Amino acid sequence: MQFLEKQLKKVGQLFERGRPLEKFYPLYEAIDTFLLTPGKTATRAPFVHDAIDMKRVMIFVVIALIPCILMAIYNTGYQIELAKGMGHSFWGVVTIGLVKVIPIIVVTYLAGGFWEVLFAVTRRHEINEGFLVTGILYALTLPPTIPLWQVAVGISFGVVFGKEIFGGTGMNVFNPALVGRAFLFFAYPAQISGSTVWVVDGYSRATPLAVAAATPKGASVVQALQEAGYNFSNMFYGFIPGSIGETSTLACLIGLAFLLITRIASWRIVAGCVGGLLTMAGLFYLMQGPDRLSFFGLPPHWHLVMGGFAFGAVFMATDPVSASATNIGRWIYGFLIGLLSVLIRVVNPAYPEGVMLAILFMNAFAPLIDYFVVENHIKKRAKRQLR
Amino acid sequence: MAEALFSSKNQKILKDGMWDTNPITFQILGICSALAVTTQLKAAIIMSLGLTFVTAGSNVVISIIRNYIPPQIRIIVQLTVVSALVISIDQALRAYMFDVSKQLSVFVGLIITNCIVMGRLEAFAMGNPPWKSFLDGLANGVGYSAILIAIGAIREILGSGKLWGIPVIPELLYTQGYVNNGMMVLAPGAFFLLGIMVWIQRSISGYKENS
Repeated sequence: MQFLEKQLKKVGQLFERGRPLEKFYPLYEAIDTFLLTPGKTATRAPFVHDAIDMKRVMIFVVIALIPCILMAIYNTGYQIELAKGMGHSFWGVVTIGLVKVIPIIVVTYLAGGFWEVLFAVTRRHEINEGFLVTGILYALTLPPTIPLWQVAVGISFGVVFGKEIFGGTGMNVFNPALVGRAFLFFAYPAQISGSTVWVVDGYSRATPLAVAAATPKGASVVQALQEAGYNFSNMFYGFIPGSIGETSTLACLIGLAFLLITRIASWRIVAGCVGGLLTMAGLFYLMQGPDRLSFFGLPPHWHLVMGGFAFGAVFMATDPVSASATNIGRWIYGFLIGLLSVLIRVVNPAYPEGVMLAILFMNAFAPLIDYFVVENHIKKRAKRQLR
Repeated sequence: MAEALFSSKNQKILKDGMWDTNPITFQILGICSALAVTTQLKAAIIMSLGLTFVTAGSNVVISIIRNYIPPQIRIIVQLTVVSALVISIDQALRAYMFDVSKQLSVFVGLIITNCIVMGRLEAFAMGNPPWKSFLDGLANGVGYSAILIAIGAIREILGSGKLWGIPVIPELLYTQGYVNNGMMVLAPGAFFLLGIMVWIQRSISGYKENS
């Protein structure tokens, strides 16, 4: 460790003011503080000392994502093996999964990292671990069959238009990972959802949401899902086709537990999401009938384990920058995300999944919600004062 | 006192309209048509020509009669002149380029409501002599055209792989898995390109907010 420290210091001198590599100081600083505790102290007030700075927050989110990443690798391999109809040994499945998932993650980091460094160097900003989070979140929301050049285009758009044009980390209105995904969703719809995704050697399998949306009127959705090989438990554990990281509700729950214990995610937002989803799905469930969409008849709790809802609610909606910041605001924000997700999912035939659009939509409204919550609070206090 | 046709003052009028106070990237006017008619290069060019003609023409006409227009009814007078020009363009397009006319559809007629035309009339032609007004109208038309044509070209290449209707992206790329960008055909794609144009133009021309 000491050796590393010495070497870093030695290299670091090259990046100081007036030295040849001065321009690339942010790059050096990022690596230095990523590996070691920052050696610099604050020179101006406020001198708040806290172990959990932004770097640690971001790293904690990455740690919380580990179950999802592992599950992503295993399930991708498993689904491909299943499609090919071969016997699956554990390590065989993992190898196939790695071959599919690792290139997507590597390309994401290379392309996104390029823009991140470019903007940091020209603006003399720091590079921070926020990008590690954005990159992995983005990669986990893509289908495994996506062409790698599209991965690069999407993350470039996400980093530049989702984050950098607003002024960089902490200033973004929208979740950059979702902006990147949304770009791909609208620019190259055939590669990100629909019937050509998840085609492995000519064999394709519809995702649970696609099956549910395609169920003819009058038929039972649950039955249709079960005929397609989906039941509550395998959707909960995540052995289903879908975007690579989103399939397993269990993995998301483990991540959620970690985020809640470390108090990084707001439990109010997650609870709001679940509440909104159950409310809307419950309403649809009560409205079901022979002349309505059969999707209405899906039991509300099934919605929780389908598609990207769990992943979105735990990791995307709770992004502290783009979410509401007041406690009441968080409830409203979460609730509406859940509500809109189901609404888009069930009623809109063009979009099989609604979580991404619901979160982006509510990102736009988060500041407005906060504004009204604060205004309301001020009004109440003012009234109390008058009495 | 006779002023040279291209005196330094007049040159500045030209430069302002085309670059420093470009109607799209500086004044943020005419955005509607910049989004609507730029899916193909051809449509963008025809639209640009039409708008440049109308801005320059109406600027001259209004500038000539500017001292006889009662201020209370100046807008309606301006509108009458602009509509006359717009209608003649529309009719000409219908007569000689019916396909393009159909493609541009209502947007030729809507030049009349284009903020650039009215903006230049109010801001410039009402207070300047005809030649200067002509230069101003021309410059703003050209400034608008430059952005429109650039966006039209980029959108056509990225969105449908063609330029002026001729395929420009090699077949090899498609067989390698390249796909046209569906967003570029939609209005949001134009919005993003427009944003990038504003960004580039303003960083080169050194624009500062509230300066």
